[in-house]
Amino acid sequence: MVVSRRGLLAAAGSAPVLMRASEALAQGIAPRRGGTLQTILTPEPPVLQLGVNNQGPTGIAGSKIFQGLLEYSPTLEPLPALAKSWNISPDGKEYVFHLQQNVKFHDGQPMTADDVVFSISKFHMEVSPRARAILALIETIEARDPHTVRIVLKQAFQPFLLIFHSTATCIVPKHLFDGQDYRTAPAVQRPIGTGAFKFAEWQRGNFIRLERFEEYWKPGQPYLDAIIYRIIPDSQSRRLALETGQVLLTQSSDIEPFDVPQLRQRPNLNVETKGWEYQGPLSWIELNHRVKPLDDARVRRAMSMAIDRNFIVNRLWFGVGKPATNPLASTTRFFDPAVKIAAFNVQAANALLDQAGFPRNAQGVRFTLKHMALPYGEIWTRLSEYLRQAMRNIGIAFELESTDAGSWARRVGNWEYETTINFVYQFGDPTMGVERTYVSSNIQRVTFTNTGGYSNPRVDALFQEGRTAAAVADRQRAFTEVQKVLVEEVPQIWLTELSFPTIHDKKLHNVITSGVGVHAPFDDVFIAG
Amino acid sequence: MELSRLPGFLFRRGVKAALVILAIVVCNFFLIHAAPGDPASVIAGQSGAADERFLAQLRQQFGLDQPLYVQLWIYLKGVLTLDLGFSHRQQQPVWTLIAERLPATLLLTGAAFAFALAAGITLGTMAARRVGTWADSLITTLALTFYATPLFWVGLMLVLLFSVWLEWLPSFGMMSVGVEMHGIAVVLDVASHLILPALTLGLFYLAVYARLTRATMLEVADQDFVKTARAKGVPEGQVVRRHVLRNALLPVITFAGIQAGQLIGGSILVETVFAWPGIGRLAFDALLARDYAVLLGVFFCTSVMVVLLNLATDLLYAVVDPRVEVEG
Repeated sequence: MVVSRRGLLAAAGSAPVLMRASEALAQGIAPRRGGTLQTILTPEPPVLQLGVNNQGPTGIAGSKIFQGLLEYSPTLEPLPALAKSWNISPDGKEYVFHLQQNVKFHDGQPMTADDVVFSISKFHMEVSPRARAILALIETIEARDPHTVRIVLKQAFQPFLLIFHSTATCIVPKHLFDGQDYRTAPAVQRPIGTGAFKFAEWQRGNFIRLERFEEYWKPGQPYLDAIIYRIIPDSQSRRLALETGQVLLTQSSDIEPFDVPQLRQRPNLNVETKGWEYQGPLSWIELNHRVKPLDDARVRRAMSMAIDRNFIVNRLWFGVGKPATNPLASTTRFFDPAVKIAAFNVQAANALLDQAGFPRNAQGVRFTLKHMALPYGEIWTRLSEYLRQAMRNIGIAFELESTDAGSWARRVGNWEYETTINFVYQFGDPTMGVERTYVSSNIQRVTFTNTGGYSNPRVDALFQEGRTAAAVADRQRAFTEVQKVLVEEVPQIWLTELSFPTIHDKKLHNVITSGVGVHAPFDDVFIAG
Repeated sequence: MELSRLPGFLFRRGVKAALVILAIVVCNFFLIHAAPGDPASVIAGQSGAADERFLAQLRQQFGLDQPLYVQLWIYLKGVLTLDLGFSHRQQQPVWTLIAERLPATLLLTGAAFAFALAAGITLGTMAARRVGTWADSLITTLALTFYATPLFWVGLMLVLLFSVWLEWLPSFGMMSVGVEMHGIAVVLDVASHLILPALTLGLFYLAVYARLTRATMLEVADQDFVKTARAKGVPEGQVVRRHVLRNALLPVITFAGIQAGQLIGGSILVETVFAWPGIGRLAFDALLARDYAVLLGVFFCTSVMVVLLNLATDLLYAVVDPRVEVEG
């Protein structure tokens, strides 16, 4: 028997549409065709071909040009995109995707199952490390007919459906890449996808212009004529551009969190913090376990207890995001709200350090640690300054070091740090985005692996169990257990579930409608008259 | 100046300049590679996921798996044939990237330089002629203020005044995007975008030139030949123009020559604040991304420009002051 998800899917797929339509009707607004959306992209991406480049800004603009098989709801249920439906065999090893009809690439060629097979089995396997880790589980992939793709996995892998968003495995035209070096093919410079907007013009350092794709497969869409991404390097200038109405939308790190409260006061602007559920970024103090005394769990626990996470969220990020409660973001599947890190308690933290044998010296200092601030904007420097203060309260001296992005990545990748700040996307499932930080098999000299060098056979075994178990209940058991162990051991000091403000003019509609937020195709976004 | 000497002069200076530029290229090459991190680790750090294979692939593609001396040799060979290399990160020849951005910077710095020089010398002359009066005090005070105020702050304040409050001028960019325009409308549009950044960049140098002109003019005005000119009945206007200003301009030209080179570096800040798509931003972004080829390319272009401007300054001396002779 094959479990069909079509019925369920149709309901899931149409619900947001209905809701949006009724919402629009209630406000007396029908989608209006026309208009150009001026927005911002920070920093400027090097190329727009998703897969070849997977940086944040590339994902934001690239998700308008390219599409994946699926989109995701705020609770990370898969929604149809280039796949209109799919079936999964009961043993969880066979996936059959039924593709949309009449989908064309921007060069006019039809998109077929061959392109899907090529994109998944060749293109992303070659260029994209994140997709590669998951796609390596595929045993066979075949185009059954021009609109059906069948994938058989080597073993059941329950989170498999989460890898099909455009930012992970976008569908690229086989005829423009096959037989070439994918990274240097001409199509990388003039990206050709199936998305609602086609690439039109890029004046480097100035703007990227995308235009409506007239042969887009959804009839009547997109509503916008064009999207223009302006490149504005200075954060205050970006804020001014939004305030003066020169752009209608900002996203991601465009606006510094400390500017958000004043923008909330503007009657014409909407500030939204939803739409990062799919990425699920979690920030932490990244500890290098090779540096003493960070190999001592009591020390790590004490440091964690010395931090007031509410202060960080409310006073530094001005309410954007929320305090972390355990190693999983609360939007990540299998998050167990009952498992919590020890509460903020400076006294208890000091007692724990006394007990662990780290007395204060005459200056009140137990020991000194170097701390490298994250070089991604002023807010991260402020965070590190707060942490220095918090650590001083328990007799730990943080010596701040500043770096730029290149040095930071190199030093973290080479384990040449004592403590720093890091934030990592969880991609909806512990196996996809959490495991990599804690299992000993992933201790590598590469950023976003287990660079801290934490190693615990029990944690390894539990993550392995959660990875391979086919049943949701078994996975939940393993992941609840691993959350409990990690909360005791505090291998990294989790700080906040990050969110990024999406700020837009109120006449812009349907900006955040799913769990991928501004990484959605924007085919239903419109500017009310 | 004797024109017959000019070709020999240019030749000798040309050889010297080529050697200087070559030395700059080699120094820059090692300096850049001394910075921790490489383009592959930057991309890995910004992609949110990476593995060993990914890094190895990138390093191979970027040619970073070669020994440093091989990379230097390849680069030097390229520069000697005027091939500035390829930005693997952006998948574009470096020369294309620079050529795309150079006009914007030249427009901005050219406008700022012309404004600073013209306004600076005028104000300096006015101050010197009315030394000790309220006009002199006003000009020197203003000049001192511009001189002491950080560029980015001036920029932000100008934006607040002219873009936010008065809504006269756009706050960022080089032109309106997404609007159909032709002919004179485009020129006016670019001009309206140019005013604030050029003003911001020019104010600092204006202050320098105004103060310098004033000081040297006062010095020259006391000299005997000026008194002689006055004594023989030359009108005051002519005394100022022909005798005082012309002699006072020499130090200003020296300074301007040096600063013409600096304007390109100083424009990074202004290009950032005003989102001006120039070469300064290109260099800055390339530095952060460790995009070695682009960074070296920008350094190469700017050092060539500095050398050329110095040469032009030397020639200009000879034009302004016949006592100066061109010599290698």
